[in-house]
Amino acid sequence: MTFNRRKFIKTSVVTAAALSAPAVLADGHGKPRVVVIGGGAGGATAARYLAKDSKGALDVTLVEPSRSYYTCFFSNLYIGGFRTIDSLAHSYGTLAAEYGVNVVHDWAVDVDRDAKTVTLAGGSTLSYDKLVLSPGIDFVDGAVEGWDLSTQNAMPHAYKGGSQTELLKAQIEAMPEGGTYAMVAPPNPYRCPPGPYERVSMVAHVLKAKNPTAKILIADPKEKFSKMALFQEGWGDNYAGMIDWIGSDFGGGDVSVDPANMTLTIDGEETPVDVCNVIPAMKAGKIADMAGVTDGNWAPVNAIDMSTKADADVYVLGDASQQGDMPKSGFSANSQAKVCANAIRGALTGSKVFPAKFSNTCWSLIDTDNGVKVGATYEATDEKIAKVDGFISATGEDGATRKATYEESIGWYAGITSDMFG
Amino acid sequence: MTLKGLAPIALLAGLVASASLAEPLGDARAGEAVFRKCKSCHQVGDGASNRVGPHLNGVFGRRAGGLEGFAYSKSMTRAGVDGTIWEVRTLDAFLENPKSLVSGTKMNFRGLKSAEDRSNVIAYLRDFSDNPANIPEASPTATPEVTLSPEVLALVGDPEYGEYLSSDCLTCHQSDGGDAGIPSITNWPEEDFVLAMHAYRQKLRPHPVMQMMAGRLSDEEIAALAAYFKDLE
Repeated sequence: MTFNRRKFIKTSVVTAAALSAPAVLADGHGKPRVVVIGGGAGGATAARYLAKDSKGALDVTLVEPSRSYYTCFFSNLYIGGFRTIDSLAHSYGTLAAEYGVNVVHDWAVDVDRDAKTVTLAGGSTLSYDKLVLSPGIDFVDGAVEGWDLSTQNAMPHAYKGGSQTELLKAQIEAMPEGGTYAMVAPPNPYRCPPGPYERVSMVAHVLKAKNPTAKILIADPKEKFSKMALFQEGWGDNYAGMIDWIGSDFGGGDVSVDPANMTLTIDGEETPVDVCNVIPAMKAGKIADMAGVTDGNWAPVNAIDMSTKADADVYVLGDASQQGDMPKSGFSANSQAKVCANAIRGALTGSKVFPAKFSNTCWSLIDTDNGVKVGATYEATDEKIAKVDGFISATGEDGATRKATYEESIGWYAGITSDMFG
Repeated sequence: MTLKGLAPIALLAGLVASASLAEPLGDARAGEAVFRKCKSCHQVGDGASNRVGPHLNGVFGRRAGGLEGFAYSKSMTRAGVDGTIWEVRTLDAFLENPKSLVSGTKMNFRGLKSAEDRSNVIAYLRDFSDNPANIPEASPTATPEVTLSPEVLALVGDPEYGEYLSSDCLTCHQSDGGDAGIPSITNWPEEDFVLAMHAYRQKLRPHPVMQMMAGRLSDEEIAALAAYFKDLE
């Protein structure tokens, strides 16, 4: 479009449909084509909504290497013994069969933005009119001294769903009596802000039952963290004396690890550990970098439709995007995907484009039937996705409220996974 | 959307708007007559016990679903956990249309459409509750002032916009109607839906996530959602 789309959508939703004839129709190749890379909370949702709402007017291809997708959200509950690993697995069968999404199980290895093509590891090439990247996160090289991907089995990150999560759980359960589980927590910004601390809660829950003299040590480069008061209250009430959190004030950011000898050094002091869960600094999944839409570690996007600052035909969703105030979470990615799908469909088919509205809620489990949550709503401004309103669970809530919050999170899991996968 | 569908809001708004803080309760004697409609399920007074419904002694200031030994619906229990306390404004909204305040209540009663009947029966029930003594100015008998203008009630929603907005609901509410942990919102009558959204926006219904989600919906957007849900098969 040649006019100022951002302003136009903001000021005139109702007339938009009347004025905008299909602005970008596929030239000479039939239906407009949308390629979505990454089948998680952002990509699967975008593919489903694009296919569902365009009712066959768009050719939607989803590129995702895994046939079974393991959600990273709720993986801590698997570690705590509250979910089975199988209950976190989802297939793409319904997206293909019921919504007509062309699901390709392959790796995207290159993007040519001039030719508007995506190259797959298998050698084939996909052409697109609009490209959606939802690749999640990768780790920053050299972020934790002594750790790299080749040592991830000795010291798992378990910060992508699936086998890493299973490995970490097995290591925790094999800890010697009175042993030490250590976590190297990541610096901001990172996927799932309360995630490391919910994980500590779940590890403590397991150890309290099976290995009550074991210790948990957290080296953290931050001074404070998400839901800090709620977690610290919960740790004191349920796991007294077990958890030692070392923030940046006490050298928690000055760490190195030795995976061969299983030691962790914090602020010059070396400690032997039995399990070392290293969650390094993060960056956008690699394909975003290959597509040339990142600036530093993340891909800056326009809040109105999640299109990248670098290319109006390339969109980035979820953790990989740099959008403003929203936390990097599955809920956020799902919310952004729906705004993005609405905008892409409008651009390619002339359907109405409605104002961007975003929301997020993150539930965390502290102990059995003890759930807490934090959430907010967001809107698109010229500069960023900006927070409108929010809430957080209170410290000292009664047991019935905490139980209801936990049950709500189970309902949400069923809701969002059905919203992603159909 | 039809005006007919929105009639309950007009009633609610009319009543709530007129019931300012110092408004006296209704006529308890007239309320005793209205209570005959409730008697087949609810007892109140000396020796009252739980029957099909819970006894209503001391209902004022009680948490919804808060009587021990009575098997409430999941929905009523959840309303109590979320913070619903029985007081004039919540009882009034509940008695007008039980399912608009507590979607899955087992109370199989269509509601009292007359604001006067509700006010009277609430006054009658008030006589069987001890707290507080200083009625009607203080909570739980005080009511806040809320208004909905006729222009708002006459809004015609855009179902296509409603469909887009509804995607925000489906991150948590399951599209197949499952209600584990989070209530189902499928096959919901339009008027109940509109009432519920306004009740959250006015913080009459208590849940913090829903107050936040409904709180940012404009009147037009609530109308759009209602129009979409109305036509959903």
